Amino acid sequence: MSFKAGIITESLPVRIGLILLALFFILGFLVLPLVAVFTEAFRKGFDAYVAAITDPDALSSIKLTFIAAGIAVPFNLIFGVAASWAIAKFDFRGKSLLITFIDLPFSVSPVIAGLIYVLLFGAQGLMGPYLQSIDVQIVFAVPGIVLATIFVTFPFIARELIPLMQEQGTEEEEAAVSLGADGWSTFWRVTLPNIKWGLLYGVLLCNARAMGEFGAVSVVSGHIRGLTNTMPLHVEILYNEYNIAASFAVASLLAFLAVVTLVAKGALEWRYGHELATSRK
Amino acid sequence: MVIEISQITKRFETFEALRNLSLQVRPGELVALLGPSGSGKTTLLRIIAGLEFADEGRILFDGADAGNRNVGERRVGFVFQHYALFRHMTVMENVAFGLRVVPRTKRMADADIEKRVNQLLHLVQLDRLAGRYPSQLSGGQRQRVALARALAIEPRVLLLDEPFGALDAKVRKELRRWLRRLHDEMGLTSIFVTHDQEEALELADRVVVMNHGAIEQIGTPEDVYNAPATPFVYEFLGNVNRLDCTIVDGKFTLWGMDVAAETRNGAPIPSGETPGHAYVRPHDIEFVDRSKALAEPAIVRHVAAAGPTARIELAVEGVSHLLEAEVPRARYLELGLKVGQAVMIAARSARVFPR
Repeated sequence: MSFKAGIITESLPVRIGLILLALFFILGFLVLPLVAVFTEAFRKGFDAYVAAITDPDALSSIKLTFIAAGIAVPFNLIFGVAASWAIAKFDFRGKSLLITFIDLPFSVSPVIAGLIYVLLFGAQGLMGPYLQSIDVQIVFAVPGIVLATIFVTFPFIARELIPLMQEQGTEEEEAAVSLGADGWSTFWRVTLPNIKWGLLYGVLLCNARAMGEFGAVSVVSGHIRGLTNTMPLHVEILYNEYNIAASFAVASLLAFLAVVTLVAKGALEWRYGHELATSRK
Repeated sequence: MVIEISQITKRFETFEALRNLSLQVRPGELVALLGPSGSGKTTLLRIIAGLEFADEGRILFDGADAGNRNVGERRVGFVFQHYALFRHMTVMENVAFGLRVVPRTKRMADADIEKRVNQLLHLVQLDRLAGRYPSQLSGGQRQRVALARALAIEPRVLLLDEPFGALDAKVRKELRRWLRRLHDEMGLTSIFVTHDQEEALELADRVVVMNHGAIEQIGTPEDVYNAPATPFVYEFLGNVNRLDCTIVDGKFTLWGMDVAAETRNGAPIPSGETPGHAYVRPHDIEFVDRSKALAEPAIVRHVAAAGPTARIELAVEGVSHLLEAEVPRARYLELGLKVGQAVMIAARSARVFPR
């Protein structure tokens, strides 16, 4: 690149201007809000902060968030690996349809995603009467939240793995099979080790989204305090009740999660960038 | 091991990659599948390996039907074009792979595996690189790791897909000789795919020349080079001059020499006039005295005299392109050829095929 510098570089004032503009946006739209979250959270002092996040309702929302992510991430992990394995390593009818379906949650508004489950499993929904007769509650309960979270985070891992696995091709698998390995040991000894960093990267993004998801979960949750509120929903409730400091205190936990995710993501990209698909795009 | 392939056909969608192809490989033989890209040579190799399956036809290993057995059960050593080394494993683990995936009851003890791998690494002269990863090796070293890995399972047949394709010229030559020695020492039956005629002619016991999913000719390197069975083989193997001609009553008179026309299956040539092609190798064009009756006048247009043979481009009346002749350096100096000089040429031998 450097040999082109003389030709393509803009003049000094333009360069300084562009850099300042970029810095301004980063400060104004990314750093400032993050700082604001933490200052607001600690506005009433450290004790109030601790009190806000150890409040039973807050603890229950944290627990629910972990449950939802704890189910959604492993589910999507298995699905994502299976789907991308099938898509990248085999040719079959309806392959592009499958890819389109995997992308669906990205193109559908999360609110719609939530509504789908209300319409399917709600009291007035398609399967509502049946579910009531066997006394199973999905909407306005934990199962609905888990379902909505799975739906929204569906594409993350598959989307990360498909290009990676496509690029790696099938030669190594063929080599393994020609050396006498069966399908199972080919997968464990060859395929999986080759995608492990990409997989971790996908899990990281999937988890961040699973914990932070608001729209879809909001529709199916019913906002029952201490029962069906996840952390993002709990933040909203506190905020609507003008309990600003407590609201920001819980929000700071989410912000902290985001920062951890970013650092981990950066570390992965820095260390294993050549083995990740997204960093090459 | 004897490999018998009879009447194999393979289609990809509507494209026919192999058409009713039969081939027999004898024990201990080193066979080259030679052809341009798209000729079906790699598909044939993959079918022999069991990585692809033929739509029609049979494949027998030592007389036993292998058609339904997959690659793992056929016990073939396959060396991939781009080596396909396991990138997250060391050289040691790559070579050991085939020994480690054996079901536990039949598996060798770890110490024995290690011993066997070390022997193989010694064989391919990579003892000191056992702890390296594939990304830390040169192309030639990777190739040898791939070979050692394939040999670890004690295959009955060794299959190599463009084994030297990705290497630079010097390494390629060294590895070629080394592979030939290895093949002879181990007494394996080996088949390799190549598009490089020089490689096929130098390395193989027999060369299978393929085109459009069918075999054009099978023979020793000498056979296919000196007695090409078809115009395709003529043009694919070595340099050749092609001249448009008209076959009259089964023969054509090239520069005063009568050449009988040949057909692929000995099919009769219609009497009367038939359009054809005459083929003359550059080294079969000789420069003769003006006094000789059977000779053709030509003008020297270009001379490339570096190296042991001189290449001379000649313009001949009635031929739209320049012809190429090759003479040994000594002869070239003796003739003292100059650009623009008028000479007389004759053909030592030529072949004529109907178009």
